[in-house]
Order: sequence, then C-alpha cells, then structure tokens
Amino acid sequence: MIELEGLTKRYGEKVAVNNLTFTVRPGMVTGFLGPNGAGKSTTMRMMLGLDRPTAGHVRIDGKRYEQLKDPLTYMGALLDAKAMHGGRSAYNHLLCLAQSNGIARKRVDEVLDTVGLTAVARKKAKGFSLGMGQRLGIAGALLGDPRILMFDEPVNGLDPEGIHWIRHLMKSLAAQGRTVFVSSHLMSEMALTADHLVVIGQGRLLADTSMADFIARNSRSYVRIRTPQRERLLDVLHGAGITVVETGNGTLEVDGGKSELIGELAAQHQLVLHELSPQQASLEEAFMQLTAESVEYHAHTDAPAPRPWGDDWKRG
Amino acid sequence: MSTPQPQMPQAAPNWQAAPGSSYPGYTSPIPVTRTHLGHALASEWTKIKSVRSTMWTLGVFVLLVIGIGLATGALVSANAGEQDLAGENPLSFGFFGLLLGSMCVITLGVLTTASEYGTGMIRTTMTACPSRGRVLAAKAIVFFSVAFTVTLVSALLVAFADVAMLGDAREPSGGEWLKGTVGVSLYMALLGLLSLVVGSIIRHSAGAITIMIGVLLAPLVIALFMFSESLEKVRQALFEYSIPNQLSVFYSTSLTDSGPSGWDPLWIILGVTAAAFAGAVALLEKRDV
Repeated sequence: MIELEGLTKRYGEKVAVNNLTFTVRPGMVTGFLGPNGAGKSTTMRMMLGLDRPTAGHVRIDGKRYEQLKDPLTYMGALLDAKAMHGGRSAYNHLLCLAQSNGIARKRVDEVLDTVGLTAVARKKAKGFSLGMGQRLGIAGALLGDPRILMFDEPVNGLDPEGIHWIRHLMKSLAAQGRTVFVSSHLMSEMALTADHLVVIGQGRLLADTSMADFIARNSRSYVRIRTPQRERLLDVLHGAGITVVETGNGTLEVDGGKSELIGELAAQHQLVLHELSPQQASLEEAFMQLTAESVEYHAHTDAPAPRPWGDDWKRG
Repeated sequence: MSTPQPQMPQAAPNWQAAPGSSYPGYTSPIPVTRTHLGHALASEWTKIKSVRSTMWTLGVFVLLVIGIGLATGALVSANAGEQDLAGENPLSFGFFGLLLGSMCVITLGVLTTASEYGTGMIRTTMTACPSRGRVLAAKAIVFFSVAFTVTLVSALLVAFADVAMLGDAREPSGGEWLKGTVGVSLYMALLGLLSLVVGSIIRHSAGAITIMIGVLLAPLVIALFMFSESLEKVRQALFEYSIPNQLSVFYSTSLTDSGPSGWDPLWIILGVTAAAFAGAVALLEKRDV
C-alpha cells in the first residue's frame, strides 16, 4: 500500500505536483493517468525517494522509502527504459542490482527468462531497442519479487505482442495480492488493465475512482444527425420533447440511444436525413474533457502563438 | 521475439497481514535480506569490472607507468657515465610514467560517479540503495582499492627493474622504498578518489575531467609564466604545491628546498579529499537524483 499525503513539488515558481493525496491499494492494478507534463514521473520519483518533496509525504506500508531495509524485495520500479549504463550487459546490469540487495544470482536468470531476454543476456544494453530496454527495466523491477510494483509508461516502445504480455503480467501480479501502480497517458490502455484510476493534470488530483465508475459516468451514448432541413427537424424534435444540441458544422446531437424514434419522426414529417448514426463517446474523449483545462502542451492547429526563444526547453 | 508468459513463483497469495506487518498484500518466498555496506560493495565491484572504460583507462595507465618507467631507466643506464648516478635515488625515474598515468586515474575516478548521471543509471542505483551516502562510500572504497592495487603493482615493477638496471646509483633506503612505492600509490589513488568525488559533485563526465586536469596542470603552467618580481612568493607556492611537484616529493626530488617534504603531500591530499567527500555527501543528500 502506498499512501500520499499533501505531496507537493515546486521547481522555483513552477508547481510540478500540487497537494496530491491518494492511496494505492494492494490486490489491484491502479492506473495513474495524466497528459504529458502532468507530474506523473515527478510523483513516482518522490515515491522512490529520488526527489525530495517540497511538502507532504509518501508512506510505503507506513514507512518512507529510505527506511526500507530491503528496497528491491519490497518495491520494484520501472522508471524509464534508459536508466542503465549502455556499456553493461543485461546480465551484469541485473547482477549488480541483485547484489546490492543480497538477492541470489539465480534470480537474475529467472527474471531474464520471464521478460524473454535470455538470448541477449550477454549483449550490451546500448544495442537494445526501446522495447528491449523496457523489458530489461521490467526485469529489474521483478528482480526482488516485491510486494509493490511501479511502472512508469511500461508500454512505451513495446510491440503489440509485448503490450499484450505486459497487460497480462500486471493483472497476474495484482491477482497475487501485490500492489501494482502503472502510469500512462493513454486512457484506452488503462481501460484494459486498471481496476482503479487516479487522474492528475498540472500536478493536481482530478479523479480518484474505480475504473467501473469512471466508465459508467463517462461513456455517453448519443445520436448524430445531419439534415438539409435543419430548422424543421429542430421543431419536430422539440415538439416531441427531445433535447437537441447543435455542434456546429451542420450536425446535431441527441443524447441517449434514440435513433429509431428520431428516424420514425423524420419519416412521419417527410424530412430528408443525410446521417442518423448512434455514437459512443470514447473513454479517451472523457479523459480529454477531464484534463482539457490542465493540458500543458497544446498543439495549435491555427497560427502558432509566438513564444520566446528557449521557452520550450526551459520547462522540459 | 516470442512472448513468454510470466512465470511468477507459485506462492499462495497471502491476502492477510504478512507476519510482522500490519499491511496486507503479497508475501514473497524470496528471503528478505537487511541490506548493508557489504551489498553495496559487491554491487559496485560488479559495476566497475563490467564496463569497458575501466579496462581501457587502467590498461593505458599500466602501459604508461611501466613503459615510460622502464624506458627512462634504460635510457639513463645507457647514457650515464661512471659518476653521473652517484648519490641518485634510482626509484625517482618512475616519476614520469606516473605523472602521465595520473590522467587515466583521474578519468576512471570521474567516470565511476559521473557516468551514472550521464546514462540515467543513477536513478536505478539510488532506488536499489536509497542510502545515498552508502552508495558514494561503496564507490569510493571499491575505486580506491582498485586504483591503489594497480598503481602499487606497476610502481613496484618499475622500481625493481630500475634499481636492477642502474647499478651505479646508490641503494635506496627502506624509507625511500616505502615512499617511492606505497607512498606514491596512496597519493595516486587519493587523486583518483578526489576525481570520483568531483564527478559526484559536478555530475558531468567531461566537465569533471576538465576540472581535474586543470587542477593537475594549471598551477605549474601559470607559475612558469609569472616573471614579475612582486609575484615571486605566489610563483613559489604554486610550484611547491602543484600536484606534479608533490608527486616528486615522494622521490625526495622536489623543485625547491622549501614547501612540502617527507609524507606531507599525502596528508595534504587526504585533507582535501576528505573535505570534498563531506561536501559531496551533503550535496547528495540535499539534491534530487
């Protein structure tokens, strides 16, 4: 169990993580979701005692990470695929980690086998693809067979087969009663793996809810309509007590699954319809709506606003 | 690449509180070990011997020390007349190889700490061992032992060969033997350790190596060009306390009669390294990884 209380990290003026309070529970996969730059990695680094919080604290089963006497056998973490020395072989990378925590040498072979890197165990890590680096990082997290696991964007760079594998792995780890905490910026990925969801944006907590609740609340179904006789259709639908939303570019939307009713009404009044299609808002859209206010790096489709030179990398 | 299925140890899930813990969750069949400095030392030993840069820097170091040491001895032996070497300490010809070799020791020292920041390995290291002081201490002990052993073996080899080659020179005393082999090796290993500590403070390999090469050479080079009378005292101090001159003190062949003598250079670098080490530990505790 990981408990965060009032966790805050400030870099000068910029607040990267703002007063986060939530609990990650054992026996399930908890998804940690937020757009790029939301503070996910900073939060995870503070959980591991790498970054010092400006305020608040993190407790791992009641202790600070630094107080763990057996860190790797208690908590395993994949931070980023490149947190290793490229000149060292996969085997030696894991061996030095195992030795630092008194873990038996044979465990290195076991985890290499688990992640499927046995064939390249003696190869230097700098020759690895992003996906292979990710697998080596996961091997490092599993090394101590820990009760708490933390993965920062584990599916990055993995092929579809690898993604399928990591999903299965996380679920089976959670089913064994472990605490599994996974960050991602992809809602669709989380919908398939996570049981619980923590969403942050610009360092602030936006949601802390079970996945089922989030889906029930946010998967809106509606009917999209296009017609050349817009005014008349609006009158007819109003007359039938149906609320219509005009979404611009000539389309209308009606909440709920009322496509049959609308089709019949249009036929009765001899209205021409160019489109009448039931739609399901994706969780991705729900996530984007939730975080719309707090997305830090917007892509501008219109003329880009002039930015001072060097502004981008200063924030990086 | 095939996709293996995860093969977790088949322990029965323990949903109740683990023994000795009030928190529920998985309990691993792997025995839990309370980590200590010994684990960190084993880990750092694996690290230092599993990268190619260690072999390169130490290989070049041994080549320089032994190659130049023997070549100097041979050259002197071939050209010196009957009386030229009378009263000379034959061990002192090992100096040139060590002076050039110090660049390699500095490089390896810096890389031991700074390369972890360059590659991102430091985050993995500090996660595996959250006690930051312990990590630096383990690196320091492993590096110092390696640097001292390699320097001592090379210096001893050169010393025996030069003494054998230069029969006309006087027989060095026991104290001179100790200073010219164990003494210089301790000094070199401490110079490397200072570089390791600077690497941990600067966190950037090229920057830290540049600083250390500057520390090694700048005082001597600057002093060479101090022609003004009024700077005489500064010039003298720069000469006397420059690292090459301190190194030569171990062979009792200092540039000047004043300044450090005997074992002084060792106490000086020990003090400087200890102070830098304390500073590095304080910074390590304060800064984010």
